[in-house]
Amino acid sequence: MKEFTYQKAADVPGAVALLGADPDARFLAGGTNLVDLMKSGVERPARLVDVRELPLDRIETTADDGLRIGATVTNSDLAAHPEVRRRYPVLTQAVLAGASGQLRNMATVGGNLLQRTRCAYFTDLTKPCNKRDPGSGCPAIRGEHHNHAVLGASSHCVAVHPSDMAVALAALDGVVHYETADGPGEVPIGWLYLPVAETPHRETALPPGALITHLTLPPSPVAAHSRYRKVRERASYAFAIGSIAAALDVRDGVVHDARVAFGAVASRPWRARAAERILIGAQAVTETFGAAADAEMAAARPLAHNAYKVTLMRNLTVAVLGELAEEAGR
Amino acid sequence: MTSTSVKGAPVRAVGTKHVRVEGRDKVTGKARYAGEVPFAHLAHGWLVLSSAARGRIEAIETEPVLAMPGVLAVLHHGNALRLHTDFVGMLGTRPDPTCAVFQNDKVPHVGWPVALVVAETPEQAREAAEALVVHYEQQPHDVEFTGGDPNAYPVDGHMPAVTDKGDLESELAASAVVIDAEYTTPEEHHHPMEPHAATARWDDGRLELTDSNQGATWVVAELANLFSLDPESVRVRSEHVGGGFGSKGVRAHQVAAVMAATVLQRPVRVVLTRRQMFTLAGHRSPTIQRVRLGADPDGRLRALDHRALSRTSTVYDFVEPSAGVARVMYDADAHHTENQVVRLDVPSPTWMRAPGEAPGSFALEAALDELAEKCGVDPIALRLRNEPEKGPVSGLPFAGRNLRACFEEGARRFGWAERDPRPGVRRDGRWLLGTGTAGASFGAGAAPSTATITAQADGSFTVSIAAADIGTGARTALTLVAADALEVPTGRILVRLGDSAYGPAMIAGGSMGTRSWSWAVMAAAGELRERLVPGMEIPPQGITVRSDTTEAIAALARKERHSFGAQFAEVAVDTATGEVRVRRMLGIFAAGRIVNPLTAKGQFTGGMIWGISMALHEEARRDTVYGGPLGADLAGYHIATHADVPRIEADWVDDPDPEDPVGIKGIGEIGIVGAAAAVANAVWHATGVRHRSLPIRPDRVLTAVRLA
Repeated sequence: MKEFTYQKAADVPGAVALLGADPDARFLAGGTNLVDLMKSGVERPARLVDVRELPLDRIETTADDGLRIGATVTNSDLAAHPEVRRRYPVLTQAVLAGASGQLRNMATVGGNLLQRTRCAYFTDLTKPCNKRDPGSGCPAIRGEHHNHAVLGASSHCVAVHPSDMAVALAALDGVVHYETADGPGEVPIGWLYLPVAETPHRETALPPGALITHLTLPPSPVAAHSRYRKVRERASYAFAIGSIAAALDVRDGVVHDARVAFGAVASRPWRARAAERILIGAQAVTETFGAAADAEMAAARPLAHNAYKVTLMRNLTVAVLGELAEEAGR
Repeated sequence: MTSTSVKGAPVRAVGTKHVRVEGRDKVTGKARYAGEVPFAHLAHGWLVLSSAARGRIEAIETEPVLAMPGVLAVLHHGNALRLHTDFVGMLGTRPDPTCAVFQNDKVPHVGWPVALVVAETPEQAREAAEALVVHYEQQPHDVEFTGGDPNAYPVDGHMPAVTDKGDLESELAASAVVIDAEYTTPEEHHHPMEPHAATARWDDGRLELTDSNQGATWVVAELANLFSLDPESVRVRSEHVGGGFGSKGVRAHQVAAVMAATVLQRPVRVVLTRRQMFTLAGHRSPTIQRVRLGADPDGRLRALDHRALSRTSTVYDFVEPSAGVARVMYDADAHHTENQVVRLDVPSPTWMRAPGEAPGSFALEAALDELAEKCGVDPIALRLRNEPEKGPVSGLPFAGRNLRACFEEGARRFGWAERDPRPGVRRDGRWLLGTGTAGASFGAGAAPSTATITAQADGSFTVSIAAADIGTGARTALTLVAADALEVPTGRILVRLGDSAYGPAMIAGGSMGTRSWSWAVMAAAGELRERLVPGMEIPPQGITVRSDTTEAIAALARKERHSFGAQFAEVAVDTATGEVRVRRMLGIFAAGRIVNPLTAKGQFTGGMIWGISMALHEEARRDTVYGGPLGADLAGYHIATHADVPRIEADWVDDPDPEDPVGIKGIGEIGIVGAAAAVANAVWHATGVRHRSLPIRPDRVLTAVRLA
């Protein structure tokens, strides 16, 4: 293991200053992904700046009645928070669907957003990977890819983003706030992750050296009636092969408002706007939900071994929206 | 020969629940595992594994690495000690060349050990090992395992490759009902919680190995042969072992540690990482199995044909003998079984929990289920209709075959009589429900062992035997066996094991450990009781007797000796998402005298949980272009989590054998046998779709339903 220096930041400006513009330095929060990557040699930082004890561990209601979630709030605390559970149940469910109890106790909100793909080629130094080693190629495209992307991928990378939490945040229009040496900034979660295109190694729109400080969730009446469902290859401690975050407001049998995002289908949490356009204003019936899924998955470009995801996402959409509509009708 | 009779001994300890005698030491951390035992001046070795899938080593740039901090040596084929590999070991096998490290420049697969870097600290060794540049001349490789490979050939392994009786094609032609199906199982890995670890040191001309293994006698013999040493000068200790499952014999790390300790003349420890274990600890080969069954309309078998293909490395013949289970389970007028192997550029497989029976029972018991469906006969009735009177292939009598009792007790407790045989008709919300069953068997062998018992002056007894407690509770089981044999409370028994100094003994493997060791302990106890005259004074050094069961085991009548079992599973399947959940399982076993019901239950249910993993989760992935494993860690290689494990019950029926001097059969393996088939058969009953390839992943369920 490569030797590295370790520094603990006292406050946010201090953390940003400590990291500076050093490309070989990394922020360390929960460490549940970064430390694994250091062990496997994918990450070889020369310096770690520990931000875990920064005063960013609060969840507060904002002036506009939204929610402000600190970057070092643990996944466990986020999921358990009464306001999250009451107003954004999809977020609690998504977080609890991820990892294991032990990992959720360590993992932070900021780190969860910035975790790397679990593509087995990315995490294996003996294999090429455009994300890890730009220009080396993507062996997953003709290799083992049964859990790779069907939407928004490119011929350079077909990896999927592993986060469950981020899928819920995408449906909830979360905004990521960060601090840099030049001052604070913000980016909606829908713009946080860059398109894959020819640069899969460039993953986020955050400026170099930026430290995520908190997220904000806008007030969202529709979110009170929301759900996350994750399909994986075992009942716990596995990444999704397909997941959906959905919120539905049905009035008199008609969809008044809807939010839908898909997980494990793309390099980023996939906001299903085409599906939402079909849903809003339509009858809350199975046919509508199927048409919404079809509209979204029309853009799918499956590989040899992951075409099942198109079926899976359609079935998940119909099932979860059906459940939400049924509950609204009670 | 010593008396092995226990007649007249009142049963006191055996058959009642006892917590592990070393349990407190384990949960408090007092029990030390091989990688934790401290040594002065300890150096640390780190294995460097090949990234090439086939070829030869052109050059190894050792100079820059030798200049790195703390690095003491780099061992490789250019400077390694020469080993002696032309021998047949204790288990009747030749050494796997993977373990005879650094003997030539050939690279037969990804993950082949090419060098050992030794340094003052493990961190220095690892950093240097990762920095070591190895140049390969790469050759085209082939890791694709497919059926119909013209290069396949029969391999005997621990049973004959082929058995043949009757005219198969005629009987198939005369059969009213025929099943002809192909079943596949993937590459599977055993990952004990404790990774492989060994420390080698020389002490006054004697080699001492502190190790984690399944049999000290075995490891001594292999190391003595490899290094041309007098076995008397080699001592192997493994006091506590955190799981083995077939993977902990002699492997590359022990041999590399001995080499380094010899060169450096100081203690050297080598530990495998999880990732290294995926290529160096052995694994279960994938299998492709064709089963043909021909039956009369009532399901009576006329023809049984089970042909299994497995895969091995290019350097070692290892066969996963999946077709063997049919030789015990069912008879037919024409009966053919065959195990073949194909060589590919992959690591050598090895024994893994119920080798042969685990994948073989999946194919055979799933085929029986298909036959039951086609005949319109209840799956249990079909099996009982085909109960053989004697060994279907051997013709030998069974020394107890209580499969019928297992099925009957299991059916009663599982509620089988209420089962609607129709598939795809039970629903609970989004879940389709189904139930399935399967039969199981595993051999009940014994191998010669020695044991020593010393009667101490304070009234206690010390039992010394080179047994291995690999987490099974063997130490506790032997305590109970010794207590009963000596007719004293368990508190007066101290069992010492895991040390080759105690004399030759069987390994913890093949479900033979506890049976073989108990035999030796009972023999020694019998003789000791004859020596202990009531009222006699025991001298300060105690009175010691030693047993050897070689003759007694040789005198055992030739019979078909096996454990049997019946597995039951209920599953829920969401065909919209492909998810399969096991809702409950029941296993009823006929496995001889159960020594410790507490740990026995753990063994049975552990095997059944492994069966859930095998049915639904386990699958090692391999990239064909690069030839190596993918996702080689316990996040990527899925086993059942707690959330996947439902209410599981395991119990047993009486299974006495008055002619057997110990009456104990092995229970290590049988829990997994048939378990995956029971789950797969339940998935069919839930959905009406047959899944003949494991694991039954969500994408397979989704795709199958769409095609159906």
